[in-house]
Amino acid sequence: MTALSGHGVVLDGIAGENTWRLEDYLKRGGYAALKKIIAEQIPPENIIAEVKKSALRGRGGAGFPTGLKWSFMPRAFPGAKYICCNSDEGEPGTFKDRDIIRYNPHALIEGMIIAGYAMGCGTGYNYIHGEIFAEYERFEAALAEAREANLLGSNILGSAFSFELHAHHGYGAYICGEETALLESLEGKKGQPRFKPPFPASFGLYGKPTTINNTETFASIPYIIREGGEAFLNLGKPNNGGTKLFSVSGHVNRPGNYEIPLGTPFSELLELAGGMRGGRKLKAVIPGGSSAPVLPASIMMDLTMDYDAIAKAGSMLGSGAVIVMDETTCMVRALERLSYFYFEESCGQCTPCREGTGWLYRMVHRIEHGEGRAEDLEMLTGVSDNIMGRTICALGDAAAMPVKSFVKHFGDEFAYHIQHKCCLVPHEVQREGSKIYVEHAC
Amino acid sequence: MSERQANSMLSAESLQAIDREVAKYPADRKQSAVMSALRIAQVEKGWLASETIEFVAKYLGMPPIAVYEVASFYNMYDLKPVGRHKLTVCTNLPCALSGGFDAGEYLKQKLGIDYNETTADGRFTLKEGECMGACGDAPVMLVNNHRMCSWMSYDKIDKLLEDLGK
Ligand SMILES: Cc1cc2nc3c(=O)[nH]c(=O)nc-3n(C[C@H](O)[C@H](O)[C@H](O)COP(=O)(O)O)c2cc1C
Ligand code: SF4
Ligand code: FES
Repeated sequence: MTALSGHGVVLDGIAGENTWRLEDYLKRGGYAALKKIIAEQIPPENIIAEVKKSALRGRGGAGFPTGLKWSFMPRAFPGAKYICCNSDEGEPGTFKDRDIIRYNPHALIEGMIIAGYAMGCGTGYNYIHGEIFAEYERFEAALAEAREANLLGSNILGSAFSFELHAHHGYGAYICGEETALLESLEGKKGQPRFKPPFPASFGLYGKPTTINNTETFASIPYIIREGGEAFLNLGKPNNGGTKLFSVSGHVNRPGNYEIPLGTPFSELLELAGGMRGGRKLKAVIPGGSSAPVLPASIMMDLTMDYDAIAKAGSMLGSGAVIVMDETTCMVRALERLSYFYFEESCGQCTPCREGTGWLYRMVHRIEHGEGRAEDLEMLTGVSDNIMGRTICALGDAAAMPVKSFVKHFGDEFAYHIQHKCCLVPHEVQREGSKIYVEHAC
Repeated sequence: MSERQANSMLSAESLQAIDREVAKYPADRKQSAVMSALRIAQVEKGWLASETIEFVAKYLGMPPIAVYEVASFYNMYDLKPVGRHKLTVCTNLPCALSGGFDAGEYLKQKLGIDYNETTADGRFTLKEGECMGACGDAPVMLVNNHRMCSWMSYDKIDKLLEDLGK
């Protein structure tokens, strides 16, 4: 089951067996935006202006304004230019793009076609996370429907505009979510991030100008063109236009995806997700995917869910993955698992990341296992500081930020481990709080 | 049977599937299909032996070392034989909060093996995986990379193992 909330643009009310089909999408007003663009021959710059007006910000993690990104593409550049969709959703806690692909793939396809039109690109690729093979097949089936209906391919709907779109399947590497690693991987290489600059808008796929956006970003485009940028903006709040999918996981009664207007209080989102499991007390939340700094309950309960408010509170909206932890959680153990992940997924190109992630993991591991040393706490922060800003890609920062924030907000719990050589939360309590929970499943 | 197939390590269906992938990319960019080609080869062969990797390299006109680099970089390729059913359990934090850890422990106990081991009868290999982008379905696990199983309670794990012929 994927729970949805009631206000949506990309997923809301759209999670049935056949909602992915073209016929169903057309009934929901699908492809009206593309048809309007073609019939009225809307100039590409007007489309980019509309996207700017919507205040749509990238849904993949960094929150960069989409319209601005599109305006960087050298439209008049002769030869091939590419659009890439980033469906390599592997940021722990994030599971929204999978639902978009399986329940509403044509919104993504339409969004990418419009992007191709706006930026003068003839080809697009959707890079799909390796672990979701069924969704890869679903996306291929949706592409076949779109081609059949002449919505994709040569001379779309009888116009002079042609655009081809293909699915590319990953095979298990978190780093390929980083946009330049994704391009390397699309070229058939190891997914190792490139130095920037040059940026993809000038040197992207096969060295050609390329724009990369997240699945949810593209899937928001049809609504913006159909209803207007203003309408989208008004769904959210200034500088934070639209609705956003939040993937809520962890200790809630109904984990799932919830599409809510940006600026909705966290407390409402928590209620939508069924409240805290077993009525237990909220301890901490990672509000934007595992790379975002953790925040304690007291800050979260006063927070609204939008880019600016979460940044002000010292974290990030990121990918919109909300990981909820209750009082039964051992924060050292939680961090240990995340640190292992970054260590395991570092591509190894930069010394501070390759060595630093291993160092961080080993330190948190020994603290959790009763072998922490008094100087470890300070060292955790020190090593993190030495990674941040010194690497080719943002995975280094992504590994360091959780560590710094866990130590900052839950330092006492770390100190307790070091001093008493055991967890503050008894093991049985932890085990009980995080036992198999499938009651909400259908 | 064409000459190409006669010399092939892979079935005609696999080659056709690879050709469909190759067609997605510019004519001089066949290398872009290497990930799919390796996936298709692995599905047919069960794992990627060096002969298979060399065959894929030749088929796509790439140096074998370049294909080997790709095969060893991505986690889902198996460069060593695995059991008939490879089970990968997600134990990353979001899943762990809803039983990912317990699901893995239960599988270990039922199969009598640890992570990265294969049962003596060669039926099951158990792996620990990273986030599969399905945390709302926790506990989740993959069977042979392509089949995702959601909300894996103890009962459902029992049933899965039974279906797979434990
Ligand atoms: C380590 C790492 C992993 C990332 N993973 C993803 C991902 O899974 N999906 C995604 O859309 N963006 C991911 N990003 C962000 C992308 O690099 C890029 O900013 C994004 O796809 C741009 O799209 P947007 O502007 O629409 O958000 C990741 C970045 C880093 C550094
Ligand atoms: S920061 Fe880490 S993941 Fe990113 S390029 Fe450097 S080593 Fe690779
Ligand atoms: S943490 Fe298990 S699927 Fe995301």
